[in-house]
Amino acid sequence: MVWLNTVIQGTMLGGLYAMFAIGLSLIFGVMKLVNIAHGDLIVLSAYLALVITQTMGVDPFVSLLIVVPIIATVGYLLQRGLFNRTLGDDLLPPILVSFGLSIIIQNGVLVAFSGDDRRLQAGPLEVASLRIGDTVAIGLLPLLQFVIAVAVIVVLHLLIRRTKTGRGLRAVSDDQAMAQVMGFNNRHMYGVAMALSLGITAVAGVLIAIRGNFDPSAGPARLIYGFEAVIIGGVGNIWGTLLGGIVLGVVQAIGGAIDPRFQILAGHLVFLLVLALRPSGLFGVKA
Amino acid sequence: MKSNSVSATRHSRTTHLALVFVGVCALVFASAPLWAGANILRLLTDFFLYLSLACLWNFLVGYAGLVSIGQQAFVGLGAYGLFTLSRYTGLNPLVSVLIASVVVAALSIPFAALLFRLKGAYFAISSWVLAEVLRLTAQFIPQIGGSSGMSLPIEAARALGAQPAVRFTTIYLAAFIALLMILSGIYFTLQSRTGLALTAIRDNELAARSNGVNANRTKLIVYVLTAFGTAATGGLIFLQRLRVTPDSAFSISDWTALVIFMVVIGGVGTFEGPIIGAVLFFLLRGTLADFGPFYMISLGAVAILIMIYNPRGLWGHVRDRWHLQLLPLNFRILSKQDS
Repeated sequence: MVWLNTVIQGTMLGGLYAMFAIGLSLIFGVMKLVNIAHGDLIVLSAYLALVITQTMGVDPFVSLLIVVPIIATVGYLLQRGLFNRTLGDDLLPPILVSFGLSIIIQNGVLVAFSGDDRRLQAGPLEVASLRIGDTVAIGLLPLLQFVIAVAVIVVLHLLIRRTKTGRGLRAVSDDQAMAQVMGFNNRHMYGVAMALSLGITAVAGVLIAIRGNFDPSAGPARLIYGFEAVIIGGVGNIWGTLLGGIVLGVVQAIGGAIDPRFQILAGHLVFLLVLALRPSGLFGVKA
Repeated sequence: MKSNSVSATRHSRTTHLALVFVGVCALVFASAPLWAGANILRLLTDFFLYLSLACLWNFLVGYAGLVSIGQQAFVGLGAYGLFTLSRYTGLNPLVSVLIASVVVAALSIPFAALLFRLKGAYFAISSWVLAEVLRLTAQFIPQIGGSSGMSLPIEAARALGAQPAVRFTTIYLAAFIALLMILSGIYFTLQSRTGLALTAIRDNELAARSNGVNANRTKLIVYVLTAFGTAATGGLIFLQRLRVTPDSAFSISDWTALVIFMVVIGGVGTFEGPIIGAVLFFLLRGTLADFGPFYMISLGAVAILIMIYNPRGLWGHVRDRWHLQLLPLNFRILSKQDS
């Protein structure tokens, strides 16, 4: 039964990884961009939430109402002002520009907040749990986080499938030139995609900061978990990505149960294993 | 004679002058132990080792298009190879560095088999994951000191010279020879058949493939050569430091981020670029490094500006503006009357 608990814990954590991953795969799908600073922007959202909770005395969940619009706007502006200029045949500029941005954010946060470990406080919710039978207990906070993660992914799915903006994103993703002919402003659509990507990951960034410590150097690990979830799940498959995140979370939880130092390594090893045996991902369409 | 025939050559008066300049520099540096003090020797050793890393990264990224942000994997493997061989075999450290580099080059083939499955930025991130796997694995192995790392045995250090001053000189010369071998290795590879294949792939991979260029094999050659050179450089870096830990050996900021900034500022995809970048970096380091995070922030900002406005860096700008080329790498067309 200990193992059942571990798997449930891992699944809940995996929901957050899936949100990191959805943000990455959304911008890759729409404009073939991989944002190396993704993880650092996730950490930046957590620091923003920290400032808001401390100065305004609100709950971290309430702070999302301010953090998400701010980070989404930052995303839109970054895309219009910076990343749009790097798109083209040469794959080097987008990688190196986002790498430079990652170093700038990491060091900027270090200057502003020092290197100390931080954490967001969510009060009594942090320890509340739901008992099922005698041995299985599900923490209310992880459960809530998981539900939010799934809800956000469902909403994104509906947005892409059912709305005019979603149609634009799909059009631009399928054929840039043709989308432009049909009256879509590609540069604006790229901005919207980046805003959505960072808005979603801001939610995940704040949620994960309630659960564990963060510091200025925590970004790269967040980027890597999101990336691993994308590859494990299969590129370009929104539900595959959710499952990829869950697989990663469960593997990490099991690894951590064996030996706490093994937690992160176990996730990396499963990623490499998937890459070796099934590069199209566990739930992806075979190329 | 009024023939209009043309010829192609890689040489010009500039390239001859540049070769003379390279020769003079080589003599000056080779004789440095005779005229330089310990501090200058250590600074130059650092410079050579960083320059080696920069040229190797540029070779991989600028010429083969394999954008890796995980080269710290090979620095760390080279370092751990040296320390492990020194602890368990008692070989001369320089021999250990060489053996370790050969082993790492062999290891890089299965790495490539795995990482080459992903393209572009996904390759970049997975190369980073691989380096993280190595760092975390090193923490697990008690025989190499786990997370607290290991020191170079005293006998191994003594094998390089009983006095610290002699040791510095030995390591300095080793770093200098390694740099020369790396530079000439890259230079001759670029002039070889592989170099031509690389140019073809860079210009149009599809066209190159359909003309019979084996793109994957060409990239693999560059990847393995780079792994070999990076491991050797990593071994020498930690030979100078005498101590290795997983976090210092597999550090992305020390062995990849700074190197990327040097190459991008100097000019990625040009032979001379990383050299210019490394020289600038070392000239500025003394004054700017005290600013810590602000230094990294400005390096990041400069790299972004260069990538947006001038992706071929300082040297690319100079070269395009004045049609300069210091080393005889690209062909230029001459009509007979000119020569």
